[in-house]
Amino acid sequence: MSTVARDTAAFASCLHAVCGALQASEAELSALDRAIGDGDHGANLNRAAQALIEASEELSALPVSLALERAGMLVVTSVGGASGPLYGSMLIALGRAWPALRSAETVADALDQAVDAVRKRGRSTVGEKTMLDVLVPAVRAFRLSAASGDLGEALQSMLSAADSGLAATKPLRATKGRAAYVGERAIGHVDPGAASARLCLHAVAGVLLASRREERLL
Amino acid sequence: MKSSVGIVIVSHSPDVARGTAEMVRQMAGAEVQVAWAGGNPAGGLGTDVTKIVAAVNSVWSPSGVAVFIDLGGAETNSEMAIEMLDASRRERVVICNAPLVEGAIMGAAEAAAGSDLQQVRRAAEEFLRT
Repeated sequence: MSTVARDTAAFASCLHAVCGALQASEAELSALDRAIGDGDHGANLNRAAQALIEASEELSALPVSLALERAGMLVVTSVGGASGPLYGSMLIALGRAWPALRSAETVADALDQAVDAVRKRGRSTVGEKTMLDVLVPAVRAFRLSAASGDLGEALQSMLSAADSGLAATKPLRATKGRAAYVGERAIGHVDPGAASARLCLHAVAGVLLASRREERLL
Repeated sequence: MKSSVGIVIVSHSPDVARGTAEMVRQMAGAEVQVAWAGGNPAGGLGTDVTKIVAAVNSVWSPSGVAVFIDLGGAETNSEMAIEMLDASRRERVVICNAPLVEGAIMGAAEAAAGSDLQQVRRAAEEFLRT
């Protein structure tokens, strides 16, 4: 397969994995959100997943950069909560920054742009009990480990960082988003946005790691 | 006559948005254009970028549009909606940091008096401080 065809196929697999994971976790994400927010995070992301699945053929026919941008717009217009513009802006920025020449470093640069878009959109930063508590350490770990040259290892360290990032949101008090309204009550619960971000990273990395294992076997 | 600043109400609840718009119309009079956007794309509680863009465009005036919001996602979605407007309009739409009902009524009264966008915003945002 050509690089472009392989990228497109990988995009389609990742898209389905992310949507499947979000739909399977709708109840869990909403339960997390009920504890500290308005309880609609699972349903909101389920709607995004539905819109993306419906458009998956159209998306998979596009070059990856445009597919990411278009997916971001679909997320923005389908969600109905703050997570729509947050995840949507992330995907749009990732698409715009998607490198023509892919290396671990250029992908890490694009991921930085994507996370930066979330930071700007939410006017938030690490330590405020948001999805950034997963995304920022995950991308940092990916970049550090990618420098050693092995994508598999980079993905693994990204996932470990995402896991600890999620756990780290538990003792935090929220100052951004809906959880900020419940004040002290948010302490002791992981952040639903951080949980969905971790879920998406696991879904994408799962596909990429599996396809690498296959390639090695073939 | 110069057209007055348009008013947009954004709430998670369509009922709250519609009701607030109704109060604004009654108190500010017919010369102020008021539109509302409430509910998520599926019709439940939430806010919808596409509806917000449509609401802003429906009350568009060269004097600009003041947007009033309730909680969290309403602000994020309104900011996103403003970025999606035509570049020529984007600069003349502001989100007011004011309580939804009281702020919209104060802002609309100011708009009805023919004030400019910044004056409308100030009147709405000063509500709590008076």
